[in-house]
Amino acid sequence: MKRRLVPDFTLLALALALSIFGLAMVYSAGQTDVLTRVTTLWHRQLLWVAIGLVAAFLASRASVRMLDWVTPPLYGVTCVVLLLLIFIGKGFGTGASTKSWLAIGGFRLGQPSEIAKIVVVLMLAKVLAARRDAPKSLLDLWQPALVVGVPWLLIMAQPDLGTGLVFIGIFFAMLFWSGCSWQLLMLAASPGISLVLAVNTTIWGAWFLLLITLVFWYRPYIAEGVFVVVANVAMGVVAPLVWEKLNPYQQRRLLVFLDPGSDPLRSGYHVIQSQVAIGSGGWLGKGFTMGTQKRLAFLPAQHTDFIFPVVGEELGFVGVTVALVLFLWLFLRCVRIAGRATDSFSSLVAFGLVSTWFVHVLVNVGMTLNLMPITGIPLPFFSYGGSFMLACWIAVGIEIRISGEGRGKADTLVI
Amino acid sequence: MNFHPNDVQRRARVASGILFLTIVFLIGSFFRAQVLQHSQYALASEKNRLREVPIPAPRGQIYDRTGAIIAENIPAYTVSLLAPGEDSLRAALNRLTGTIQLTDEDVDKVVKRYRRSPNRPAVIFGDASFDLISVLEEHRVEFPGLIIQAAPKRYYPDGPAVAALVGYTGEITEEQLGSKAFSGYKSGQQVGKAGIEKQYESRLRGQEGVRFVEVDVRGRVVREAGARDDLNAEAAPPLYTNIDLDLQKFIVKLFGDSLQGAVVALEPKSGEVLALHSAPSFDPNRFIGGIQAAYWDSLRTDPRRPLYNKAIQGTYPPGSTWKLATAITALQDSLVKLEDHMPTPCTGGFQYGNRWFKCHKKEGHGSLTLAQAIEQSCDAYFYQLGLRLGITRLVAGGISIGSAERSGIDLPNESKPSFPTAPATEYYNRRYGVRGWSQATSMNLAIGQGENSQTVVNMARFYTALATDGEAAHPQVVRGTSEKERLFELDSTNMAGIRAALAGVVSRGTAAASRIEGLTLAGKTGTAQNAEDKTRDHAWFVGFAPADNPKIVVAVMIEFGGHGTRSAHIASKIIEHYLKATPKQLLSTEGF
Repeated sequence: MKRRLVPDFTLLALALALSIFGLAMVYSAGQTDVLTRVTTLWHRQLLWVAIGLVAAFLASRASVRMLDWVTPPLYGVTCVVLLLLIFIGKGFGTGASTKSWLAIGGFRLGQPSEIAKIVVVLMLAKVLAARRDAPKSLLDLWQPALVVGVPWLLIMAQPDLGTGLVFIGIFFAMLFWSGCSWQLLMLAASPGISLVLAVNTTIWGAWFLLLITLVFWYRPYIAEGVFVVVANVAMGVVAPLVWEKLNPYQQRRLLVFLDPGSDPLRSGYHVIQSQVAIGSGGWLGKGFTMGTQKRLAFLPAQHTDFIFPVVGEELGFVGVTVALVLFLWLFLRCVRIAGRATDSFSSLVAFGLVSTWFVHVLVNVGMTLNLMPITGIPLPFFSYGGSFMLACWIAVGIEIRISGEGRGKADTLVI
Repeated sequence: MNFHPNDVQRRARVASGILFLTIVFLIGSFFRAQVLQHSQYALASEKNRLREVPIPAPRGQIYDRTGAIIAENIPAYTVSLLAPGEDSLRAALNRLTGTIQLTDEDVDKVVKRYRRSPNRPAVIFGDASFDLISVLEEHRVEFPGLIIQAAPKRYYPDGPAVAALVGYTGEITEEQLGSKAFSGYKSGQQVGKAGIEKQYESRLRGQEGVRFVEVDVRGRVVREAGARDDLNAEAAPPLYTNIDLDLQKFIVKLFGDSLQGAVVALEPKSGEVLALHSAPSFDPNRFIGGIQAAYWDSLRTDPRRPLYNKAIQGTYPPGSTWKLATAITALQDSLVKLEDHMPTPCTGGFQYGNRWFKCHKKEGHGSLTLAQAIEQSCDAYFYQLGLRLGITRLVAGGISIGSAERSGIDLPNESKPSFPTAPATEYYNRRYGVRGWSQATSMNLAIGQGENSQTVVNMARFYTALATDGEAAHPQVVRGTSEKERLFELDSTNMAGIRAALAGVVSRGTAAASRIEGLTLAGKTGTAQNAEDKTRDHAWFVGFAPADNPKIVVAVMIEFGGHGTRSAHIASKIIEHYLKATPKQLLSTEGF
């Protein structure tokens, strides 16, 4: 029996609209007064959108069963590649200090960590879908934690803090979707939260009291409860040590996030110039390709990490709103697809992919207004970069497939 | 996973809610930055990209009384450098030294200017030569912050002939920038440093314009124009003076290269300054855009002191020219009449007590009237007149004719004459002790010696009162009304008598050699003892013409000129030139 797939045109249109919008911004990013290699990069980006469309088509042809079947070997290969990267990875472009590039004989193939995000989503979905119930204790989380943990460690070894952050986002989002209670998620996240809050002893103390309350309320196994408390204490103790282990530039980025004016000419410079670009755009912006912050190179990495300020500067608040509403629409559409999926695996995959995008958008856009620390995460469909554009479109293809296999008509209101 | 449809729907609602709120929060944040805080960020963005390049304003032109140009502006170029920081400025200057000559001192100067106003281009050359500009234009691309700007440059067509009057301009100094008087000024700007340029700085200074250039993040100029509308520079209105440039140049020619001294020519009724010269002079054009050290040193070390304005700054014992002050004081107090004789005739001097006071004429003048004594400049007569007046009246009279005050000419740095203060006895007691001085002091003062040295311009002013009716205006270089002051009060008979006596000086007396046919010239010679060199006296002549209706007062002082007749000779030529020259059409400045 051959079933004809009706593609989710709304989703496709949204992804296309975002890609075209993004392509226009990459073109604009190259329109500077002092010409750089960015000037012609939009040609390549156009090519990558085309490749992405083909990849999306192919991905949409693969049935969910097939995805399910191919996931374990894909995961294995991904882990091996990530492991190899630690030895043969190359730094390039905005990730010059990390070994995130896979290159053979000087030819850059791409950044495997972008594809790894999709593979981790698939593998995590497979593990969580195999359970009849949602994990109820920390002990139940060992499998998902392992699935995310291995590639996460390998990526942190590159070291690529931003992508690592995305993995953590994926982990918690998919646990939530699988039905984990918020209390358990909180307990699982608590050591990490401790690590961050330990910067300030008072805040950390308050957090610790809150945690104790949570432990008594949720009543995990005694061993778990003890483990969580000990882990939090340990994190509070090691936080200063971890801080010292961070690279100076990473430390500066975090400090600058707390106070951009503390280092206005160096680390804080990016954030300040980004805010100036956005703020000077006003309601309607300075006009497409006319942004002075961008033209005169005050805005750093204007074609990759800081492409959104170009939107803000040239198209103003209206342009920003259009872009963010398109993203919101895309997200809600995908959540709906996840909600209508016929099986738990595809539902988890659909939700995992949209949560990946969401983390990217939140961190990237938040960073341009100093709402988030600078972590170097690209903006989906906008930032220049082949691997990421390809990964985004593969995700679109998978979403379309899941949408097509879903219950009822694609446009039935579910939420 | 828990895949019950109801649970999944509930989670979808929670997830959608979180997504929605997050995006709304982001949009809200952008609204705050882009709409609410727009002006603040827009300003920051403009500050990032725009640099102000000042457009110097042309200074007001300076004209003489007939409309001839004394000072004008000619096109020139300034070279300056825009830099984002001191380090990059130094780096750029270092690279520049490969192309053009720059000493370490030059570099330091530029850096100093930069520190004063880092947002303005730091001036490297205030007046760059055409060769330099062409070299720099050739290498323009290598120096992205380099700004070559057309700027008006001050030019004095008659250069040295007007230096004492007009002065010169130069770059504003650090001290001036720090002072309140120059609060609106910025580093690198030109200000008047001397003469009319300094005195009338506020009227001559134009309003600087601004050109906006666009720079990139490294301070390189990306767009020279059109980044924003320029604010045009506004030239200052012209300044009209009372100077007769033709007369001024004639005077300069008379002095030639050898004579040193000063001349002031005034219109007696209004106090208008017709000419003012100090010799030797200097070329003010060489001061513009930065004076060369060699030229500056040569001026500074020249023993003839060209930088010293001998007409308003130099003070010299007035000698016999001051006898008129004695005569006027005595006439005013009715102690003597013009036809009165003194008890002791001149026998080549005058015996007072056990001292013999010499007259300049060894054979003696015999018994003279006051009018004759003025004509002959008889010292013996004036010794006795001084004794009759007494020191108190003599000093008070001198003060009332303005001998203790500046003439009030509208030029900067006028020296104050030195003259005793009233009451005279207290002054001399203070100076020499109670018994340290005698009646001889009055005798010396009466003939223009002693504690008395006057500027040339102040003597000229005193003689305008003699030429009119006892009133004198403050000498006025620039057109405008000057307040008149009464120096003394004499009836018309006495005034006519004084003028006749002064005319006699030139027709029969000490300056008889300087007669001009067809013109009655009145005046008084003076020979001032030179404190530095007893053998080389300063020669004075102060006079006016025509004697019956004076049109010009001239004061001439020749340093080391010997006897006053030498100055009288020059003065007569000046007066002859002025009065015989066809009457000149005065430039009408109605409406200015």
